[in-house]
Amino acid sequence: MNNFKSNIEKRKRIESIFRTICKALTWTSLVILVVLLYHVAEQGFHRLSPDFLSNFPSRFPDKAGIKSALWGSIWLISLVFLISVPIGISSAIYLEEYENKGKLARFIEVNISNLAGVPSIVYGILGLAIFVRFFGLDRSLIAGAFTMSLLILPVIIIASREALRAVPQSIRHGAYALGATQWQTIYHHVLPAALPGILTGVILAMSRAIGETAPLIMIGALTYVAFVPESIMDPFATLPIQIFNWASRPQAAFEEVAAAGIIVLLVVLLTMNLAAVIIRNYAQRKYRW
Amino acid sequence: MILALSAFISIFTTLAIIAVLGKESFGFFQQVSIWEFLFGTHWEPLLEPKSFGVLPLLAGTLLIVVGSGLIAIPTGLMTAVYLSEYASERTRSIIKPIMEVLAGVPTVVYGYFALTFITPMIRLILPDTQIFNALSASIVVGIMILPMVASLCDDAIRSVPVSLRQGGYALGATPFEVTKNVTVPAAFSGIIASFVLAVSRAFGETMAVTLAAGATPNLTLNPLESIQTMTAYIVQVSLGDTPAGGIEYQTIFAVGALLFVVTLGMNVAANWIMNRYREVYE
Repeated sequence: MNNFKSNIEKRKRIESIFRTICKALTWTSLVILVVLLYHVAEQGFHRLSPDFLSNFPSRFPDKAGIKSALWGSIWLISLVFLISVPIGISSAIYLEEYENKGKLARFIEVNISNLAGVPSIVYGILGLAIFVRFFGLDRSLIAGAFTMSLLILPVIIIASREALRAVPQSIRHGAYALGATQWQTIYHHVLPAALPGILTGVILAMSRAIGETAPLIMIGALTYVAFVPESIMDPFATLPIQIFNWASRPQAAFEEVAAAGIIVLLVVLLTMNLAAVIIRNYAQRKYRW
Repeated sequence: MILALSAFISIFTTLAIIAVLGKESFGFFQQVSIWEFLFGTHWEPLLEPKSFGVLPLLAGTLLIVVGSGLIAIPTGLMTAVYLSEYASERTRSIIKPIMEVLAGVPTVVYGYFALTFITPMIRLILPDTQIFNALSASIVVGIMILPMVASLCDDAIRSVPVSLRQGGYALGATPFEVTKNVTVPAAFSGIIASFVLAVSRAFGETMAVTLAAGATPNLTLNPLESIQTMTAYIVQVSLGDTPAGGIEYQTIFAVGALLFVVTLGMNVAANWIMNRYREVYE
């Protein structure tokens, strides 16, 4: 008994050191975010002006604006929405409501989760080979929209399936008990109940599409476009591509232009994410099971 | 029927990726032997005399992967431990959205941040650093994959039942000891899977690396030098005007195929680990 030595002091010391390190590392991410936003704002804020939004790109940094890229992004995202949302939601309905067990469903599910992990540039290569070259769509908006849709489809499908799965079985059973067909049940009861969840997923997928750069560079979206696209066959640039172009120039003045572009891009993304949060909160209040 | 058709689009996409990469790579490998591609130490496909050894690109990619992993994996794991074991609900409600925002920032913005903020910082301390360097790119890629590691590890740790922790505390263990000996071992498969997924993400990361790490295929382990990753090479070729059918055009498919195979392998491995070694608790 006499040679018993308490190690509790040492253990408590290790505990408090460990705790401090964990805490510090956790708050580091806040510091990083603040530094990132501050740096961008400091560099680009004074370049923001109505002219910046209404000027076309230029080789003179003072005159460079983001009009064509902004419109390119709006065009692209609208097309991507029209293509990917119907396909994504119908896939999710099929997988969740009709074909939710068995080998085929399992195979598609694994396939989708693997597709979600494929690097975006590989989708760019796919788009280049299939849409640009094989279908001869050239470097057009529609080729970009198809490529981007394939990229975000797994995101939409996974989010929509989760939303559908969260709808309780009792709602389906209630509809069947009243004599509704399976499609009526899905269309009138399950889908409306799952809609907020689906919308959140769709908005997050869209913000991913707005920020993606690599696949569009692959399919050859132009970096110098001095006009607003007028049809889906027109060449285009988007916000991130324009930012990439400015950021990769050696002149310091273009760094500031790039920062101003980033502010515009971040404002667009923030608005979309805010919308997702509002929809999520609204849905949580409206539907409670 | 229409619904089924749209569900099959995902399978068509996979098949199309394999077909496209396979077809053009096949053309490439008829002119360049696989051995030369995989083990050649010189990558100069655009200038005469051409050489097609992918090792410099692979080394550049691995430099970024290792560097970003060294940053994101410990930080992400510690963050997850803090969030699940120590933090109050209020702290969680601040940190979680911050992680979501960090994960949602477009990669081109990280590239800009690396180029105009991190690189000048590094050059302040190590003046010999080149403008384009692997270190700066590794740091931003690390920041980029950090939220993924943190949130997946957090999920894994949270799914460990409270009763296991209580058992540890009942024996008089400190929270650190419970974490080290009970919670983390119990959540180990999920944690490892999150590491693999994050590494695969870093492997395929493109824009930040293109902007910050440079365009010099360089077989080096020095993170202060300019390098080129596989993804950055693909971007470089597609920015130029490369006619279809030539060997330069085919190189992007060969490099892309390698990229696809490696990332797919890692994703499959992560799923396998998660299913194979999952500890099931009632």
